[in-house]
Order: sequence, then structure tokens, then C-alpha cells
Amino acid sequence: MFDWRWEFVWQILPRLIEATGNTLIAAGAGYCIALVLGLVLALAQRTRHRWVNMAVNEFVEFVRSTPLILQIFFIFYVGPQFGILLSPWASGMIAIGVHYACYLSEVYRGGIDSVPKGQWEAATALNMTTMQKYRRVVIPQAIPASLAGLGNYLVGIFKDTPMLSVIGVAELLHTANAIGSENYRFLEPYTMVGIIFLAISLPAAGLVRMVEGYVRRRMGL
Amino acid sequence: MLDFLVLYWPRLLSGTGITIAQFLAAAVLGVAISLVFGLAKLSSTLIVRGIATTYIEVFRGTSLVVQLYWIFFVLPLFGLTIDNFTAGYIAVGMNIGAYGAELVRGGILSVPKGQWEAAVAVNMSGFQRMRRIILPQALVNMLPPWGNLMIELLKGTALVSLISVGDLMFQARQINASTFLSAQVFGAALIIYYILARFMLTPCMRWLERVMARKLGRA
Repeated sequence: MFDWRWEFVWQILPRLIEATGNTLIAAGAGYCIALVLGLVLALAQRTRHRWVNMAVNEFVEFVRSTPLILQIFFIFYVGPQFGILLSPWASGMIAIGVHYACYLSEVYRGGIDSVPKGQWEAATALNMTTMQKYRRVVIPQAIPASLAGLGNYLVGIFKDTPMLSVIGVAELLHTANAIGSENYRFLEPYTMVGIIFLAISLPAAGLVRMVEGYVRRRMGL
Repeated sequence: MLDFLVLYWPRLLSGTGITIAQFLAAAVLGVAISLVFGLAKLSSTLIVRGIATTYIEVFRGTSLVVQLYWIFFVLPLFGLTIDNFTAGYIAVGMNIGAYGAELVRGGILSVPKGQWEAAVAVNMSGFQRMRRIILPQALVNMLPPWGNLMIELLKGTALVSLISVGDLMFQARQINASTFLSAQVFGAALIIYYILARFMLTPCMRWLERVMARKLGRA
């Protein structure tokens, strides 16, 4: 019953490690998009124009309550219908970036809300423009407060990258699929993928907790 | 768009039905697993606590797709063959259960210590104390995050299409493959998921929150 072959594991390990690199690149690139776009969305939810706020709110709600895999398909297939050809990598990065930007915008919002009102008033008293207030007073204080949430979603993105395999991005799961169908053996590739995910996400989650604790102590919380 | 819907609504509807069935089965399994492992994580026995921690960390540390593939493609090699529908809700339910267990644990810890002491003082057994005093209050405290988790669960069911369960996502992909009307079909599917999450699931959870709060006299 138990037919685990170590020599097969050693044989496929280099390919899996190479694919792990791709997975990490995908997670990193998607995260960078999400970090920037998330902040834009969070700020757009705070403008004085009611219609902009409402539209952004609805968009965030919509993206957050629909499946990422469907969004990946949507972006990958709808572009060509209107003459925009996106590579699997590009559409995957856009989908993951936009999806997580909506989650991160909530994290940023929490961080911005946690900045005491007195800070805003002091910035107004110093005759700062809105732009200056955000850039020099509010955001530098909001980011440390939202670090834990930001870190958790980095781990979250990493765990969602296997969905990119459905549109043919050569990440970890895609490679495991390929190895499995070439050799008619799925036990080792899928199990190794699980182990690699654990080996990266557990230490990463631990690191996030450590940073969170450190920042909390530094900020005197 | 309209003639598209007229032509394909039966398939989208049947897919939505399967998605809802997957959701309900996975939700029942997920809630049961959350309760068992949430309580186990608070156990005073080291082994029980260790098992719960291992389960939670393994399922939260790997991704749902990988778990789904593992359950569907690897378990048969151990002589455990499951059909794709069952494998689908088992994977989604077990995954959500790991996240839910943490919510259960947090909810139970949020019940004030005086409640535990009072229950001991009126001579309740451990089981009575949990069922009649602690869990009802923990439930009220943890319902709001459960609402988010249920939406994650609904989104998670879209992945079962990868093992050919005929849910909404699967039907959308099939229609897309035969018609190439990608914007219409994926757009329609996105809207259906949104309606399910925003106008059916969220109001249900809000209603549940209100009912539970009223039962505990907190409304």
C-alpha cells in the first residue's frame, strides 16, 4: 500500500525547487502590486467625493466576495476578447494583485483609523496640506500599526499562488502536475509540494508574529 | 448578454445548485471540525493539544488547492478512493475547519474567567459548564469573524471545479470553452457569486448574530 520512493523524490527535487523560485517570484510580484494598489484604494475610500468613496467601497466588496480563481480566469480570457493579449504571468499577477489590494486596503484603513485625532489636528495647526498630512504624519504612523495584517496577507498570497497553475504559470503545483503525468506518480510530487509550502509558510508566519511583537513593543502598545 | 443568459441559464443554475450543495456540506463539516479541534487545542492533555496544533498548522500552512489535489489524487493510492464531489467538500471543510478552530479557541478564551468560576461554584460538570455557560457566550463573541470565514468558504468551493465537480465555476469554464464568450460567462459567474455572498450569506450571518445576541440578552 505504502509505495514511497525516495530515489524518485531526489530525482524530481531540483525541478520542484526551481518551481518554488517561480512561486516566490509570483507571490512577491503580486504582493508589490497589492501593497501599492491597496494604499491607493484605502486613500480613495477617504476622499471628500461621496461617489468615489461609494464606488471604491463597492468594488472592494465585490472583489473580496468573489473567488480569486474566477477572477484569474476572467482577466486571462476577457482581455483577448477585446484585443488585449496578456501572458499567463501578467494576467495572474494582475488578478492576485487586485484581489489582495482589496484585502490590504482594509488593513491600511484600520491603520489609518488608529492614528489619534490629535495628530490630524496638530498637522492642520501646522498648516500642512492634505498631501503633506498623509505623507509626513499619518501614513508613517499607520504603516507600523498595520504591519501584522500586511504580513499575514503576504503568507496568504503565497498560499494562493497554486491557483495560477490553471492558466499555465509554471509555479510549484503546475510543475508537480507535469511531473505526475509524465511519470504516472502523483504521491511524491503532491506530497513534496505540501511539505515545501509548510516549510516556507510556517517560518514566515512565525517571522510575521515576531515582527508584530517587536513593533508593538517599540510603539509602546 | 440577454440572449446569452436565455441560452445558458439552465447550466449556470445547475452549477449554482452544486456550489450551494458544496458550500452547505463543507460548512457542516467545517463547523464540526472547528469545534472539535478548537476545544482540543485548549485541552490540558499534551497529546490532544499536539494533535490539534499539528492539524491546524498543516491545514493553514499549505494551500487549499494542494490539499484538494492531495485528497483526490493521493488518497486513492492508500486504498481510500472518494468520488470528486465528496473529496471537494471534505477538502474545503477541513481547510476551513483549521481556520475555524482558531476562532473557536479565541472565542472560548474571550469568555470572562468569572463565568468559569461561577459554573464551578454551582457544581456543574466540565461538560455542562462548556455546553451551557461557556460555548453560548463564546459563540456570540466569535460570530462576526465567522461571517468572513463563511465567505472564504464559499469562495473556496470554486476550487472544486479543478477536480471536475460540476459547480458554477466548472460550468462557466465549460461554457467558455465551447463559446469563447468569456466576458459574458465569467461576468455572469462573478455576479452570481457576489449575490450569493453579499445578499444571501451576509444577511443570514447578521440575522444569526442578532438572534444569538437576543438569546443572551445582549441585544
